[in-house]
Amino acid sequence: MTDAFIKIDHVSKRFGGFAAVDDANIDIQRGEFFSLLGPSGCGKTTLLRMIAGFEYPTEGAIYIDGQDESDVPPNKRPTNMVFQSYAIFPHLNVFDNIAYGLRRLRLPKREMTARVNEALAMIKLEGYGKRRGDQLSGGQRQRVALARALVNRPKVLLLDEPLGALDKRLREAMQIELRQLQRNVGITFVFVTHDQEEALSMSDRIAVMSAGKILQVAEPRTLYEAPNCREVADFIGTMNFFDAKVASHENGAAILDAGPIGKVRAAGENLPDVGTPVLVAVRPEKITLSTTPREGAIKGTVDAAAYLGERSHFHVRVDGIATPVAIASQNVMRSGDAVSHGATVFLSWPDDAAVILPRE
Amino acid sequence: MAPANLSTRIPTAARFGARVEAFFRRSDAARGYLLLSPAILIMLAALAAPLLLLVLYSFWSQDGYLVNTQLTLDQYSTALGREAYRTLFYRSLSISGMVTIVTVLLSYPMAYFIAFQVQRNKFVWLILVTIPFWTSYLLRVFAWKIILGYNGVINSGLMSLGILKQPLEFLLYNPTSVVVTLAHAWAAFAILPIYVSLEKIDRSLLEAASDLGDGPIRRFFRITLPLSLPGVIGAAVLIFVPTTGDYVTPALVGGTDGVMIANVIQVQFTKIGNWPLGAALALASMAAVGIFALLIVQAMRLAISRVK
Amino acid sequence: MMAKVRNKAGQGRGLFGYAIFYLAFLYVPVLFLPIFSFNDSAFIAFPLVGFTTKWYTEMFADTGMQIALWNSLKVGMFTALISTTLGLLAAKALTRYQVPGSAAVLGFTSLPLFVPDIVLGISLLILLNSVHIPLSLWTVVVGHVLICMPFAMAVLISRMEGFDKSLEEASLDLGEDGWMTFWRVTFPLALPGVIASLLLTFIVSFDEFLIAYFLAGTDATLPIYIWGQLRFPYKLPGVLALGALILVASCVLVIFAEWVRSLGTDPNKAPTVGA
Repeated sequence: MTDAFIKIDHVSKRFGGFAAVDDANIDIQRGEFFSLLGPSGCGKTTLLRMIAGFEYPTEGAIYIDGQDESDVPPNKRPTNMVFQSYAIFPHLNVFDNIAYGLRRLRLPKREMTARVNEALAMIKLEGYGKRRGDQLSGGQRQRVALARALVNRPKVLLLDEPLGALDKRLREAMQIELRQLQRNVGITFVFVTHDQEEALSMSDRIAVMSAGKILQVAEPRTLYEAPNCREVADFIGTMNFFDAKVASHENGAAILDAGPIGKVRAAGENLPDVGTPVLVAVRPEKITLSTTPREGAIKGTVDAAAYLGERSHFHVRVDGIATPVAIASQNVMRSGDAVSHGATVFLSWPDDAAVILPRE
Repeated sequence: MAPANLSTRIPTAARFGARVEAFFRRSDAARGYLLLSPAILIMLAALAAPLLLLVLYSFWSQDGYLVNTQLTLDQYSTALGREAYRTLFYRSLSISGMVTIVTVLLSYPMAYFIAFQVQRNKFVWLILVTIPFWTSYLLRVFAWKIILGYNGVINSGLMSLGILKQPLEFLLYNPTSVVVTLAHAWAAFAILPIYVSLEKIDRSLLEAASDLGDGPIRRFFRITLPLSLPGVIGAAVLIFVPTTGDYVTPALVGGTDGVMIANVIQVQFTKIGNWPLGAALALASMAAVGIFALLIVQAMRLAISRVK
Repeated sequence: MMAKVRNKAGQGRGLFGYAIFYLAFLYVPVLFLPIFSFNDSAFIAFPLVGFTTKWYTEMFADTGMQIALWNSLKVGMFTALISTTLGLLAAKALTRYQVPGSAAVLGFTSLPLFVPDIVLGISLLILLNSVHIPLSLWTVVVGHVLICMPFAMAVLISRMEGFDKSLEEASLDLGEDGWMTFWRVTFPLALPGVIASLLLTFIVSFDEFLIAYFLAGTDATLPIYIWGQLRFPYKLPGVLALGALILVASCVLVIFAEWVRSLGTDPNKAPTVGA
């Protein structure tokens, strides 16, 4: 039907008058680690639950491997899910939790045992089979939930904020482990998270959602370096925005008139017409801060400075701009070129650092 | 893939079945009501329909062995007009009003104790107070009959100790014995709602009140009591409403002075066989109880808002 | 600070004394039943004469009692099964699905708590009479299911709210349909609540007198039998023996039911309701 392994085709989900998901269109490729990223309440979990079959779309259709799954109940879909709460059955032990989906298939006992043990080895919990579900730690529950889903060899594994309940250190270890696991089994993963760093570090591609809408679907690098709107730029990392107007075009780049900070050069495709009001966006770490005047540099005063170990953060006030400019600089030298509050500084950035965004 | 072609070949009955299935899968409300329907049906058949019929009966009249279905207000004018019935209504309401006050006053400190003072084994205390609630009502009332009787526990006990020469006659068969027995029988009903509302109170509110200078007594009347009021009202209604219509207690320990409205209703449905009048008496007593319960609730709300 | 602590301790001791008095008020009156059931005298009066178990043997030999006991057991078991089954379905609906008007449904099923038993009894009697259904133990079961529904619902709803909704979703996700999910996940997890509900509704039905009195027709349940015996003074010792046994059995069942109900509810873990 389509090339995409999972096709989310104009899917909307309305609860009364409220649209939890609003006309979502996503193509997910086979074997991809795909993330749905957005703040809580943006509709990412509802979309995931529609792929799983716990919610049915009000409009649109969901195809998995060419089959229309829109009306198929969850128990007949080729998907399995890792729940946010893990949903480990408390009345069953680890072995029976993992074997839950297999028992239904009435496999020969030996094959079932073999598959469960294989799954236990995969999650490095050999010998835990007799342990009861409520005697496991958070990390172990997470692994059991993963094994219980993967042992059924689903076409798609759905993960609803599976690392949210873990502490920071364990979460970082699990991120790496999960990514390796996905490469090994080759199953398509759809991963829901509100943690942008988690999404950036793990995913092949990410869909950024807000208020039920899909804002941008792209690879992590593209999302960070070339966001397509202010909301995406703002949600992922920190971004400085300046109001500007397109002044002229020059060798595939646009010269923008950004008022108080003067002329800015920005490259890109599909440059807006001359005269269009736009936003210029620059990441804090792309900005160089210097105490000596430079050609074309913007003059400002340090409003706040914070030392964070490997880097420092500054807020620099520039005349004519309401929001102070955020700057992040690596502390390369041990002595550091310490700039303190109230100092006069000069800001500059390379030509390819600036991104043009539409102004709403 | 040719879905259009395929679907024409599926028999329509199966397609209809699939459509119904899909409807239930998609609609929470439909699935919910499907599961609720047995309970709702039995409640409609065994509660709503009988009560409606009771209302209808109260507008009919008894004609010898037959019921005359001509609508009439005669039963209500008898039920409300006859002096004997009015006395019974008045007595039933005042007895169960008394029972409500006594039970709530007796149970509040106990509920307070379990909610605030018991640290460990709360569960054991709660079970201890609820056990009598689940055990035979008839037997608990009967126990009071043997305690208060002419040759009962108190009289024979005091006489064998030489304190009394003659048995006391005023112990049994009067409104007071009914009040004591009912207060005992309904105690658990009062404790649980009060306990739940006390348990729900955020402990930091009490600390805040102390911190702001309230002593324990002021704090109780300004914070604890108003916040536990829903439980007190719940308990009051849960006791007042059913005790007004209680049959067993007045029949066993009430004597002629302790007869209540339910005993008369029962007689209409058995010995006398005037069902329409029985129905009117039952409905009139329920209406009176309902109005009174509302008045109690309002009065308590008002009293508390004064305290604040 | 010191004053406050001392004050609190004093208040605590006072209340503890009151609590003991209150428990005595609840339990002591009932204790006279077993005490006099072993007293070797046909009169229920102090002083106690001597120990005997003859009232128990006499009571057990009474065929009327045996029939009534068997009737009560039957009515109690059917009532418990029906009200618990209906309550479980309703609890599942109210805790798992977004049902419009769920508060109204809950209020409707709790209504029997607020209607005097005599009204429930006579109105059912009128209805059965006008649709010409003869009175029997079955009509008693109907009346008892009515008064047991609020208890079954309360026990089962609190149990169903006590475990994570996504456990059932996980089962569906792993390939089981709704029916098998109910048997493999919902039912085992709700089991303590189901057992507690069965026991408690059984006791309520077993001990209920007034509704059965109106609806039983010629069959007597145990409370009806006891009621009949109360008229004959010479039968009272036997009634005491029977009553003592019923009280003990009820206590044991209630304690067992509450113990089962507390199983698996971890007081440290907040129940996960909703999302």
